[in-house]
Amino acid sequence: MTISIDPQKTNNESLQPKGWLRYFSFSLDHKVIGIQYLVCGFLFYLIGGTLASAIRIELASPMSDFMPRDIYNQVLTLHGTIMIFLWIVPVVNGAFGNYLIPFYVGARDMAFPRLNAVAFWLIPPSGLMLVASYFVEGAAQAGWTAYPPLSITTPQSGQIIWIISVLLLGGSSIFGGINFIATIIKLRRPGLKLMQLPMYCWAMLGTSLLVVLSTPVLAGTLILLSFDIVANTGFFNPVLGGNVVVYQHLFWFYSHPAVYIMVLPAFGLVSEILPVHARKPLFGYTTMVFSIMGIVVLGLVVWAHHMFTSGTPPWMRLFFTIATAFIAVPTGIKFFNWVATLWGGKISINSAILFSCGFIINFVFGGITGVALAQVPFDIHVHDTYFVVAHFHYIVYGGTVFIIFSSIYHWFPKATGKMLDEKLGILHFIITFIGFNLCFAPQHWLGLNGMPRRVAEYDPQFQFVNQISSLGALLMAISTIPFLINIFLSARSGKDSGDNPWNALTPEWLTSSPPPVENWEGEAPLVEEPYGYGKELSEQK
Amino acid sequence: MNLNDFLLTNGAGFEKLNILKIYIQIFRHQLLNKNIYLILIISLVFAISFWIGFNVNLLPAEASINAPIYDELFKILFIIGLIIFIGMTIAVIYSLFKFRRRNDQIGDGIALEGNLSLEIIWTIIPSIIVLLIGLYSYNIYDRMGGMKELNHNHEMMSSNTEKIWAGISQTSDNEISKNNLSIEVTAMQFAFLFNYPKGNFISGELHVPVDQKVSMQMESKDVIHAFWVPEFRIKQDIIPGQPTILNFTPTKVGKYPIICAELCGPYHGGMRASIIVEEESDYNDWFNKNKKTEVNL
Ligand code: HEM
Ligand SMILES: [Cu+2]
Ligand SMILES: [Cu+2]
Repeated sequence: MTISIDPQKTNNESLQPKGWLRYFSFSLDHKVIGIQYLVCGFLFYLIGGTLASAIRIELASPMSDFMPRDIYNQVLTLHGTIMIFLWIVPVVNGAFGNYLIPFYVGARDMAFPRLNAVAFWLIPPSGLMLVASYFVEGAAQAGWTAYPPLSITTPQSGQIIWIISVLLLGGSSIFGGINFIATIIKLRRPGLKLMQLPMYCWAMLGTSLLVVLSTPVLAGTLILLSFDIVANTGFFNPVLGGNVVVYQHLFWFYSHPAVYIMVLPAFGLVSEILPVHARKPLFGYTTMVFSIMGIVVLGLVVWAHHMFTSGTPPWMRLFFTIATAFIAVPTGIKFFNWVATLWGGKISINSAILFSCGFIINFVFGGITGVALAQVPFDIHVHDTYFVVAHFHYIVYGGTVFIIFSSIYHWFPKATGKMLDEKLGILHFIITFIGFNLCFAPQHWLGLNGMPRRVAEYDPQFQFVNQISSLGALLMAISTIPFLINIFLSARSGKDSGDNPWNALTPEWLTSSPPPVENWEGEAPLVEEPYGYGKELSEQK
Repeated sequence: MNLNDFLLTNGAGFEKLNILKIYIQIFRHQLLNKNIYLILIISLVFAISFWIGFNVNLLPAEASINAPIYDELFKILFIIGLIIFIGMTIAVIYSLFKFRRRNDQIGDGIALEGNLSLEIIWTIIPSIIVLLIGLYSYNIYDRMGGMKELNHNHEMMSSNTEKIWAGISQTSDNEISKNNLSIEVTAMQFAFLFNYPKGNFISGELHVPVDQKVSMQMESKDVIHAFWVPEFRIKQDIIPGQPTILNFTPTKVGKYPIICAELCGPYHGGMRASIIVEEESDYNDWFNKNKKTEVNL
């Protein structure tokens, strides 16, 4: 089968609105869709962040006094679900994937532009539905993991809406995954070899494989769960002979890979950003590719490390310990390679590089606690405590969110033709870095010493440390202010960036900024060495 | 320059110098050599990590046989983790300073695309570390009784027929001693109940004698809960429809919290109980006061 795309036909311009209106249209342009994903994701991030602030306000005192207990659980569930399914996953995959992948493979659009637009337009309604469920009979309150039998016994409407919206979001992510695989494999410009692709393509190929392999399992599981809720079936309901542990296996078979769906693309993005600002080739391209694929394979066989204290027999506990710990090896390779990329470079110290380096430091920390958590005897004490909350925020916030910001600083000139203000950017970085560590580092201690997660009240001896954590959360909330100011001011009256302000070599910079609808005026350039810094072809004037 | 070269070039005046001066000179001389910085920094990172690992205690009191075993593992992982974290952080910050673009500097860095032997080294060394950690934690888990067969103490009638799904066992069949205390734990929204089959009574507070193996079989009446005693470093989910077991031996008299660690509903945060570890005589007094002699219906 050959897929051929005629951009003149798919992007029938007379039918597509122009100007800012096109961001509200069913646009088929991958660049418009990418921005739609990013802005939509960021709006949900603001909602999720507001919910997080509510959580931290509640936890500033040991009693449950800020909101009713069942509301607290709804807030917690919505926070987790929004951050994962409406912010991280759509942005690191959908937003940057759509914007960059066609450039990287030398195509004028994604393989299936219509499917692409459908995938995006599934997100706003399902997200709004999820948030609106709060106003019906209350939102879901069984945590983002929705473990039965709790999810079967809590109020039904909230849980059912939660399931429908996660199903739609899962569908959107599968459509996206299929599209990325097809684009990377089939739409490569003639002459461009796989091993010449920028690293983000490899990361997205690996991620999309995980999406396509594991998301259907989540969908099936949630459908069975919804039967248990509305039709009184007994798949997971122990009262009817169901097995609650089976749900956990099925859920984590998706949701562990999901953490790689949230970090692998970030690994790809940072691999694009570091070489440009360090003026050095990406260190160890081949080992990077192999470690991505290694992570994909291992990532599929480690899910039960989330169930070490659940109904898992000893042999299973051991198998999953070893498999999980070994993921540290390919992951570690990537981090060593990034540091080696910086080493001996001529690094411009700017917001993009600072957020990337913040990512390296935070993620190494989260990775180390991750290897510790993989050890069954270690995990038995800290599972389901604040230690775990701290761990995954180091990964998902300290890691992925830092890279999202880094990427925004890096590609803003590409999408707008304007530079972001560096002073505000560095201020944003400093407040975020301090606030983040202040918020989450102390939580390790809380977990070790006896504070379980998902609680609205706790032992008064933990009050002081919780208040430090809340202070950190306040700083994180404040840090979005310089960021937003920066975005708005720069979009309106920022300095012109020119086409290629960073003198980058990857193909998206070899056209005008912002790029034309068909990406390149003429033929797509053949970029055989996207990281050829230090060689004649890139020596700057 | 090594010692021999140094002595050769400075040989003439050798007798006149005293030993201390020689060493100072060698040291100065070698400071010019970058490797010594590297070795110095690495040993400093190790020293700091070991110092923190041995002197900073992040864990609560140790009150069961498991706790010191756990803390040993924790200490080792903490030290290894610190070494890696501090090392990586220094490497990143150092590169940002050392290799930053100075004002009006132009051009690119060196076109270094990889280094096979370096990449092999940082594949193999982490693999070995991870493998060693894995073997070591297997050993720890075994010492905690994790690899023992999941057999509940057979004194209770109910447990004879039921399949045990999971748990941590410190007893195996042939190890069951008479002293072994059997307790049945029932969890429900939002409380724990402790049934003492020998005394035929149910208590809301868990009393156990110090230094004796306690063997619990746990079941939930509604949703999933978890039994966690931080001072004992043990946790096990309590799952509706699937009995689990948890065995432990308390070693320190005192009162410790039992915490539910699995989201179980609005009052999850309030779902707590206490475990009271007491001297055997105190325990017996408490037990005799509560025990019912007549058979329950
Ligand atoms: C804005 C900064 C953030 C703050 C202050 C924050 C704070 C919190 C807090 C206090 C909890 C409750 C933990 C518990 O009781 O179990 C939580 C849970 C969680 N957070 Fe965040 N968070 C932030 C950002 C994020 C981001 C960016 C993600 C992205 C994935 C995220 C994902 C989660 C998840 C998955 C949970 C677990 C939810 C559940 O238990 O159902 N958080 N967060
Ligand atoms: Cu996992
Ligand atoms: Cu609970």
